[in-house]
Amino acid sequence: MSEKSSKNKISLERIQQIREFSLIGFIIVLSIFVQFRNSNFLTMSNIDDLLTNTAILSILAVGMMMVIITRGIDLSIGATLALSGMVTSMTVSNYPSLHPLVALLIGIFIGLISGAIIGLLVAKFNILPIIATLGMMNVFRGITFLISGGKWVSAYQMSDSFKAISTGSILGINNLILIAIIIYLVFYYFINYTRTGRKIYAVGSSPESAKISGINVDRITWLVYSIMGGLAGLSGVLWVSKFASAQSNTASGYEMNVIAACVIGGVSIAGGEGKVTGLISGVLLYGILENALPMINVSPFWQNAIQGAVILIAVLVSALIKRRIGSSNKIRRED
Amino acid sequence: MVNNSNNGITLNREIKSEKEFSLKKFFFQWEWLLFLIFIAIHIINSQLSPYYLNTYTLLDATMTFLDKAFIALSMTFVIIFGDIDISVGSTIALASVIMAVLYNAGLPMPLAILVCLLVGVIAGFINGILIVKFKELSAVIVTLSTMILYRGIAYIILENQASGGFPMWFNFLGWGYIKTIIPFILVAFIIAAVIFYVLLHKTTFGRKVYAIGNNDVASLFSGVKVDKIKIIVFTLNGLMAAIAALFLTSKMGSTRPNIASGYELDVIAMVVLGGVSTSGGKGRMIGVLLSIFIIGFLRYGLGLVNVPDQVILIVIGILLIFSVMLSNLKLFSNKS
Repeated sequence: MSEKSSKNKISLERIQQIREFSLIGFIIVLSIFVQFRNSNFLTMSNIDDLLTNTAILSILAVGMMMVIITRGIDLSIGATLALSGMVTSMTVSNYPSLHPLVALLIGIFIGLISGAIIGLLVAKFNILPIIATLGMMNVFRGITFLISGGKWVSAYQMSDSFKAISTGSILGINNLILIAIIIYLVFYYFINYTRTGRKIYAVGSSPESAKISGINVDRITWLVYSIMGGLAGLSGVLWVSKFASAQSNTASGYEMNVIAACVIGGVSIAGGEGKVTGLISGVLLYGILENALPMINVSPFWQNAIQGAVILIAVLVSALIKRRIGSSNKIRRED
Repeated sequence: MVNNSNNGITLNREIKSEKEFSLKKFFFQWEWLLFLIFIAIHIINSQLSPYYLNTYTLLDATMTFLDKAFIALSMTFVIIFGDIDISVGSTIALASVIMAVLYNAGLPMPLAILVCLLVGVIAGFINGILIVKFKELSAVIVTLSTMILYRGIAYIILENQASGGFPMWFNFLGWGYIKTIIPFILVAFIIAAVIFYVLLHKTTFGRKVYAIGNNDVASLFSGVKVDKIKIIVFTLNGLMAAIAALFLTSKMGSTRPNIASGYELDVIAMVVLGGVSTSGGKGRMIGVLLSIFIIGFLRYGLGLVNVPDQVILIVIGILLIFSVMLSNLKLFSNKS
C-alpha cells in the first residue's frame, strides 16, 4: 500500500509540475510569437523595462499569495499603497534631506499598521476578508484624500535621492528588480523553511485541523494581513518614487492585477495552495502581457478584456487540473 | 410510547415558546437599530442644512441613489446564498454601452432598451453557470474575472468615448415625475421592492434560497434544485444591473465605459448593512430597504453641506465594518 501511495504521490506532484511547465511553455511560445512581430521585444533594454515594470506587482503578489493561501483576499492594497506613497512623498517634500532608507521605513510602517488593522478585523472580529478589505479600502482612500487635500505631490517636490530609490541601479541592475529579488529570496525561505511559514499552509488547508494541532490560527491570519500591508507600504514608496508623483487615486484597481497574477501563478482561491516558483511564472506572464500587447499594436482598449479572459481561462483550467488531482487523491484514499 | 409522547409535548412547548411574543426579542432586532439610525440621520441632516427637511427635497433626494438600489434587491438573494457578485458595476457599463452604441447605429430606442436588459441577463447567466459548474471556485473569483472582462468589452466597444443623444422620452426614467412631485424612479423602485419582498418572503422560491444559504448540501438532498436556483438568482442579478443601467444612463444623459465603477461596493454595503449575513442564510428584505435609504440619505445630506465624496466613502466604509461587527455579536437574533 505504501508503495502504491508513494507512486500516486509522484503522479500528483507531476500534475502540479505539468501545470507549472505548461505555464512556462506558454510564456516561451508567447515570447517567440511577440519577437517575430516586433524584434525589439527580446532586447536587453526591453527585458530590463519589463522586469522593472513588473517588480512592484511581483512584490505585492508575494503578500497576496500568503493572504490567499489562508483563504482570504485583500482588496485594500491599492488604497494602502496610495496612502503610504502619499504620506512618504509629503514627508519627503517637507524634509528634502531625509535619507531614502527612512522614507522606505516610513512607508513600510504605514503599510504595516494598515495591514494590522485589517488583520485584526478579520482574525478577531471574524469579518469576511472581502467585506473588511472593501470597507478599509474606502477608509484608506478617504484618508489619503484628506491628508493630501486632493492635491498631487509632483516630481519637483521630491528630492533626487528619493526618486533614485526606484530609478537608480546597482551593477547595472535596476533597484526595483534587486528589491524584488531580495523579497522573493526572503519569502521563499520564510514560506518553505520556517515554522510560521508552514503554519500558513496548515491554516489554509484546514483551519479546523490547524486549530486542533495547536496552531494559533488568529495570529497567523493577523500576521499574513500585516505582512501584506507592509509589502503594500513598501510598494507605495517604490511606486511614488518610480512615477515621481503621488495622487489620491494612485494604483486604484491595482489589487485586481495582483490577484490575477496570483491566480495565473497557480495560487488557489480555495486556500492552502500556491508556491513561490509558480507565482514567479504567473507574475512574469502578467508582466509580459502588459509589455507585449502594446508592442504588437494591440489597442490599449483591448487589454482589459484580454486580461479578464486570460484570468478566467487560467482559473477554469487550474480548477479542471485540480479536479484530476482530487480524483487521484480519492483513488489513494480508497487504497 | 411514553417517551414518544413526552418528546411530542416538549416539542410542542418549544414551538409554542418560540411563537410567544417576547418583548426583548422583538426589540433586539437588527431592523430596529437600522430604524433608529434612519431617524438619527434625518435629525442630523436637518440640523446641518435648513433646506433638508421638506417634502420636495426628500422626494428629489431619492433620485440620487435609487439607481443602484435596484441591484441591492437581487444582491440580497446572492448574499443570502453566502456568495457575492462583484461584477455588477461592469455589467451596468457593458449593458449601457451596448444600448447606446446600438441606438446610435440606428436601432429604435425600445429595441435598444430590450437589448440592454438582454445583455444584463446574459452577463448574469454566465456568472451563474460558471459558479454552478465550477463549485470549487468561489463566486468572488468568478465574478472578479467577469468584472474585468465585462468592463474590458465595454472599453473595446466604445474605447474612451462617450455615447448619448438619447430621445427625450428616455430622460423620463431618471428625471421624470409622476403627479409632478413623485419621482418616477421612486415609484419603479417601490414596485420592484414589493416584487422582491414577496419573492423572498412569501414564495417557496424564497424559502429555498434561505435553505441553500443555510446548508446547500442538505437542501440538495431534500430535493431543492440548488444549481437551477443559483443560476436564476445570478441571472436576476444581471437583469437588475441592466435595469440600474437604464436609470443611470437616463440620469447621466450619456454613457462611457467607466460608468458605474465601484458600484459593486455601494451595493454590497447596502445589503450587508441591512443585516444580511455574508456567511449566508440570514437577512430580511426590510433591513435592506432601510439600509438603502440610510446610505442614500446619508450621502445626500453630507453632500448638501459640501462634505467631499471621499469623506463620505470613509463614513460608508466604517459603517459597513461596524455593522458586520455588530451583526457578528450574538445580541441580535436575525433569523427570518
